[in-house]
Amino acid sequence: MEHHNLEQIFQDKIDQEIKIEPRDWMPDAYRKTNLRQISQHAHSEIVGMLPEGNWISRAPSLKRKAILLAKVQDEAGHGLYLYAAAETLGQSREQMIEDLHSGRAKYSSIFNYPTLTWADMGAIGWLVDGAAIMNQVMLTRTSYGPYARAMVRICKEESFHQRQGFEILLVLSKGSDAQKAMCQDAINRWWWPALMMFGPRDGESTNSDMSMKWKIKRKSNDELRQQFVDMIAEQVKLLNMTLPDEKLRWNENKKHYDFGEINWDEFWQVVKGNGPCNKERLAARKKAWEEGRWVREAASAYAAKQKQKQQAA
Amino acid sequence: MQLIRKFYYGDIPEDASGAAKAGPVQPASDWPLWEVFIRSKQGLEHKHVGSLHAADATMAIENARDVYTRRSEGISIWVVESHHIKTSAPEAAAELYEPAQDKIYRHPTFYDLPDEIKHM
Ligand SMILES: [Fe+2]
Ligand SMILES: [Fe+2]
Repeated sequence: MEHHNLEQIFQDKIDQEIKIEPRDWMPDAYRKTNLRQISQHAHSEIVGMLPEGNWISRAPSLKRKAILLAKVQDEAGHGLYLYAAAETLGQSREQMIEDLHSGRAKYSSIFNYPTLTWADMGAIGWLVDGAAIMNQVMLTRTSYGPYARAMVRICKEESFHQRQGFEILLVLSKGSDAQKAMCQDAINRWWWPALMMFGPRDGESTNSDMSMKWKIKRKSNDELRQQFVDMIAEQVKLLNMTLPDEKLRWNENKKHYDFGEINWDEFWQVVKGNGPCNKERLAARKKAWEEGRWVREAASAYAAKQKQKQQAA
Repeated sequence: MQLIRKFYYGDIPEDASGAAKAGPVQPASDWPLWEVFIRSKQGLEHKHVGSLHAADATMAIENARDVYTRRSEGISIWVVESHHIKTSAPEAAAELYEPAQDKIYRHPTFYDLPDEIKHM
């Protein structure tokens, strides 16, 4: 079959909302884009455990500790579902981990910000998981089958993440003056980085948009960001807190909230590795990988020995 | 064809991120890939839910429990090394499944019976 023909069959499937599966023919660029996106997503889940892991031992009650532990464990599972989806595209797990450790592969910049107070656990659940969910709900309909199925599973687990975060803030918002101040401070620090999670503005690209044509993505960065702002601007009222943006106001004509400009310098600085915690995060991942080496080797040795015994018997 | 240049959430392109070049990769670990099947409740079949790496079957089952049944999604787990699974080729779909399409008399709706007939 001609290459051109294969590409037509591929696009026809996409247009008819038929999922692409690992052994189906696909254009190289489709494979590459999915691989990059899915592995970045996987790395984000894994590195994303670090800022919250910071507070597991310091959670204010046993209940909060158990909840946070369960959430962080979920994120590890999300990382695994996504690594498995990426592996179906022909990339080995070792290669992906190597790419993360060498700084070649990226993860969401949001995880390069520090978690300074307990209220940050609330702000992360509400704003960071909230922003991620927006994207992930869209991705349950992505065209690559294994990615879409991983997203369905992840979305089922995510909703408690956002709710527990909001509840942490709700409790603080009804507490002492110091607790209220802590709540507002966390919102102030996480708001703009959360908006940056949706990526650069749509106008920044002049090239044709294959990601949409191939239905890897179905909504643009700015669409998702606007949806998020509209949602959070309402929810923050229930906390009696404010978002740190003087330009934020309801626009009756557009039926959306207007909001101020994101600091794109900061965004690119953090992406390029100069955020407050980039080095710390990668160092923590590498340390965990190195210190786990003997466990991986011991498990392999044990499995080999068992196999030998079985064959001898 | 044009390369994808649009920057999306979770998809920061390499050239814009100041990324280092690809480094050498360690040899793959010997942990094989396992496919995981879970029975969600008694009386239902095991269903494929995903895959994971593990040194042996015991570890694969333990990991599958931690990863795929954290919210009581299952009561029984099967694991099988992925390389044992043989699949039909997607290119062969036409030959394999088309012959079934012109045998519509295999479906109950093919038969024209009077409306008065009951329990059939
Ligand atoms: Fe997650
Ligand atoms: Fe989450």
